[in-house]
Amino acid sequence: METLREIRRRIRSVGNLAQVTHALEAVSASKVQKAQAAVIQTRPYAHRAWEVIVNISGSADSPTHPLLTYREPIQSVLVVLFTSDRGLCGAYNNNIIRVAEAYAKRLGTPVSYVAVGRRGRDALWRMRANLVAEFHNLPAVPGFMDVSPIAQTVIEEFLKGRADQIFLAYTDFVNLLRQQPVIQRLLPLHPSSIEEQALSEYVIDMKPVGVAEYIYEPSAREILNTVLPRFTELQVYQAALEAAASEHAARRMAMHNATENADELLRDLTLVRNKARQKAITSELLDIAGGAEALHQAQQGH
Amino acid sequence: MKLQLDIVTPERELFSNEVDIVLAPGPEGQIGILPQHAPLITVLDEGLLITRSGEEELTFAIHGGYMQVLPDRVIVLADVAEGAGEIDIERAEAARQRAEELLKKSPPPEEHAAAMKALRRSLVRIKLARRSHRPYRPQEEQ
Repeated sequence: METLREIRRRIRSVGNLAQVTHALEAVSASKVQKAQAAVIQTRPYAHRAWEVIVNISGSADSPTHPLLTYREPIQSVLVVLFTSDRGLCGAYNNNIIRVAEAYAKRLGTPVSYVAVGRRGRDALWRMRANLVAEFHNLPAVPGFMDVSPIAQTVIEEFLKGRADQIFLAYTDFVNLLRQQPVIQRLLPLHPSSIEEQALSEYVIDMKPVGVAEYIYEPSAREILNTVLPRFTELQVYQAALEAAASEHAARRMAMHNATENADELLRDLTLVRNKARQKAITSELLDIAGGAEALHQAQQGH
Repeated sequence: MKLQLDIVTPERELFSNEVDIVLAPGPEGQIGILPQHAPLITVLDEGLLITRSGEEELTFAIHGGYMQVLPDRVIVLADVAEGAGEIDIERAEAARQRAEELLKKSPPPEEHAAAMKALRRSLVRIKLARRSHRPYRPQEEQ
């Protein structure tokens, strides 16, 4: 049986802990909102950029571009794995790593990885996977400039022929309670089937509009050289934001549960403390009563 | 007849309104767009995008990207874009000096290209900040 003082100390420390987890919960909740707002802000650009790509690739004398070209057979695949740098976010990292691993096994081709986030990097190391590059220390809500090096690495892997297809493995933010690990194709781009494309929810699919032929300045190929890498960067950016929103939502949930557990523990400990205190009072009273009785009897004995 | 102008970047929508004319930094100099322009898709350089609507003139800094033009619509998809009020002139000046000093040391090609880009970027920003101190006046008053 713990002493009263020990119990009081435990109550204080559990109370402090609950305050910390409660604060972390609030911080994560606000980061979820920021990441969500940022991903919604990408929509206007995504729609417009897709419209341009569809228009150019739909025109009669559309130029071919390496980023639009399928390679057969597929000999190697690159997966970009988005995880967090830090833990305390429930099963967030484990879920996406498991999904990516299962997907890679099913492919049957050699798979290389680009890891975004320390947790994913460490997991890939443990699996002895072929890690091409790793990025970490992204801000809680990354900006476009923070993720464009990731996209550039991936584009280079694709153009140099070291990967015939590129996939993004990230956690899609559904709502505060649900985050869905997904794997979607990034490259090659396929303008006639947007629904197969990564992050297609941010693009309204459109048929080539019946506008008279465009004038391309300086040339259609030059335009594609600008538009396609940007669009690819944009998709990586969107995936990073979705992953960030999911990470913070998962952490908010984990911190919420921790706060609840701490509160429950606090209730139990308070009960134990009250019992212990009552017991101490009772035994003290017994002592006094016993002492008084002994004194009384001693006096009568005379 | 007006033009619907949208300026968007991957991170946000900067401007969306009707205007009379758009002057954009094309690869070979400013391109002027009036309503009823032929459909055009063009690459954009670093530079100022100027737009007029009645008496009002607005200027934006555009750092690369491309532009889609339709008879009644202009869509600017910039890599980075800023409004006049968003420029920190002191920061831009500091960036220019840094880039110039780096260029004086004749750095390796990769650093040289990056410094040139930083220099161009800061010059566009400085130009925009200076310009916005001078309010637009109609020509007959000059």
